[in-house]
Amino acid sequence: MSMQLETSPTTGDEVITNYTINFGPQHPAAHGVLRMVMELDGEIIERIDPHVGLLHRGTEKLIEHKTYLQALPYFDRLDYCSPLGMEHSYVLAIEKLLNLEVPLRGQYLRVLFAELTRICNHMMNMGSHIMDIGAMTPNLWLFEVREDCLNFFERASGARMHSAWFRPGGVHQDVPLKLLTDIADWLDTRLPELFGDALSLVVDNRIFKQRNVDIAVVSKEDALAWGFSGPMIRAAGIPWDIRKSQPYDVYDRMDFEIPVGTNSDCYDRFMVRAEEVRQSIKIMKQCLRDMPEGPVASTDRKVSPPKRAEMKSSMESLIHHFKLYTEGFHVPAGEVYVATESPKGEFGVYLVSDGSNKPYRCKIRPTAFSHLQAMDFMSKGHMLPDATAILGAMDIVFGECDR
Amino acid sequence: MPVLHSAPKIASNEGVLDALVAALGSMVVASKEEYGEIVLTVARSEIENALRALRDEHGYQQLMEMAGVDYPSRAERFDVVYMLLSVTKNHRLMVKVNAAENTPVPTVTTLWPNAGWLEREVFDMYGVIFAGNPDLRRILTDYGFEGHPFRKDFPLTGYVELRYSEEDKRVVYEPVKLAQDLRSFDFMSPWEGADYILPGDEKAAETPAPPPVATPKATETKADTGAGDKANEKAAEKSEKGDAK
Repeated sequence: MSMQLETSPTTGDEVITNYTINFGPQHPAAHGVLRMVMELDGEIIERIDPHVGLLHRGTEKLIEHKTYLQALPYFDRLDYCSPLGMEHSYVLAIEKLLNLEVPLRGQYLRVLFAELTRICNHMMNMGSHIMDIGAMTPNLWLFEVREDCLNFFERASGARMHSAWFRPGGVHQDVPLKLLTDIADWLDTRLPELFGDALSLVVDNRIFKQRNVDIAVVSKEDALAWGFSGPMIRAAGIPWDIRKSQPYDVYDRMDFEIPVGTNSDCYDRFMVRAEEVRQSIKIMKQCLRDMPEGPVASTDRKVSPPKRAEMKSSMESLIHHFKLYTEGFHVPAGEVYVATESPKGEFGVYLVSDGSNKPYRCKIRPTAFSHLQAMDFMSKGHMLPDATAILGAMDIVFGECDR
Repeated sequence: MPVLHSAPKIASNEGVLDALVAALGSMVVASKEEYGEIVLTVARSEIENALRALRDEHGYQQLMEMAGVDYPSRAERFDVVYMLLSVTKNHRLMVKVNAAENTPVPTVTTLWPNAGWLEREVFDMYGVIFAGNPDLRRILTDYGFEGHPFRKDFPLTGYVELRYSEEDKRVVYEPVKLAQDLRSFDFMSPWEGADYILPGDEKAAETPAPPPVATPKATETKADTGAGDKANEKAAEKSEKGDAK
């Protein structure tokens, strides 16, 4: 912390004009490693300069040196709070270049688990947002829900977080029927109970409202100009949701609504997420009701590998398996930009292929980059403790922001 | 070709490319529509005007992303790609400019405030300079980093590594030392014209194969085995029997 001392023009005494403090890089409310250089006038924020990149791992460069399939697990490690949401954009980008059809059951499974990811992500974000404000209990209860979600991921893919379960052409493995019935039970009983209990503690809570209502109000024009997406743009009152307007997989068969905010403050952002959880429950129930039987991944053996049992008896399957896991598949030359509605907003992948088995360039559009950039103008004139509320309501994860 | 994939469906591209090319006129250098993506390449000096026209007259309100791409074989080796989104038309568009290391691209921070960081990222990763960006600092790399890591000629491992030195009580930077070479496979089939020597083949060049002999060397009789007297006797017996038959 540094203090600039100046002499008062009238009295000649030394007065404190501005504080410059470091928020982070290791601050519990920074949601990872964020360093913000704040200029304060007393407790009022004058200017914020966020320094990002402390978690930069060069993911995009690494992807250029891997085959398309080997690059997939990097996406789990971007936004580690919603891994499947990240994979979704990438597999869709590959499928767009290949013009590859995904079997219906594969599409339903992807939508089902993308929505489960959304619930999982929002539990984490809402819980930590509440805790940044100062309440402890709801976070613990919401983490119960998150724990359930992670158990479901584990039962589907074998991994709690880094699933690598969405694959070009579908999903890696089918799920057991018991998992689907368990999810259905959970959606009916445990989730609404825990989620309702946790929210009942905060939504009408006076302290929670005092910390969030009218904090960081963003106009519709600003939201558009700053490239907002996801809950941030919806809280500003713009009903924009890629799942609805540019449907992918089987979202066009789903009946759900887009919650929007009225006041565009941190409270609205929180409540938009709360309603999104309820809409996700609705989508998941429809998935479970309508999901057909059938293959879960493409039967095009030049892209998606054969089943292990087939390999034991078929020479052709064995060769396909070997080729796919060594050389991988070749993707026709071209470029696409595919963006999906990840829990945090628009998550895009700009994929340039030169016709080989490795991406020539894979640019990842993180949701956090544009949102965090707006931190300066959003928190100008607010108090120092509001910065944590604003940051919490932005839902930022640095694995994704820094890549 | 019918659309089989299930990637996001935007509003129809029909007629959009022609209308935009006509509206932007000479600013457009090249245009294409592939895989359902419209890509306009715009003259570098005109990028700000072109994007302003697209934003104000054609309803592409949001700049969602900027990407740099490196093609080292080209004279102007970098592509800067702007991804635009229209929330009113439900349509997406990519606008491209070419640039070299020493040819600045006009900034678009005048149009979209969020272009600031996006341009900083492209500058940091590729070294493309954006003229007029008020705050063109590095963004993702370390404080005091040198070079532009996403260029194709920048090695994957980088040039320096850092560790905490117990002697100096601080973090020290050292040249990268790898205990094992980075594995890179070229996935080329050696039967399909690999332009390098296969591992092991270099030995063939060092010690050329002995020349073929003119007359093959053989023993006088079959009994002359060269494996000792005992074997000679046995062979003699066998050959006698064989001859008798």
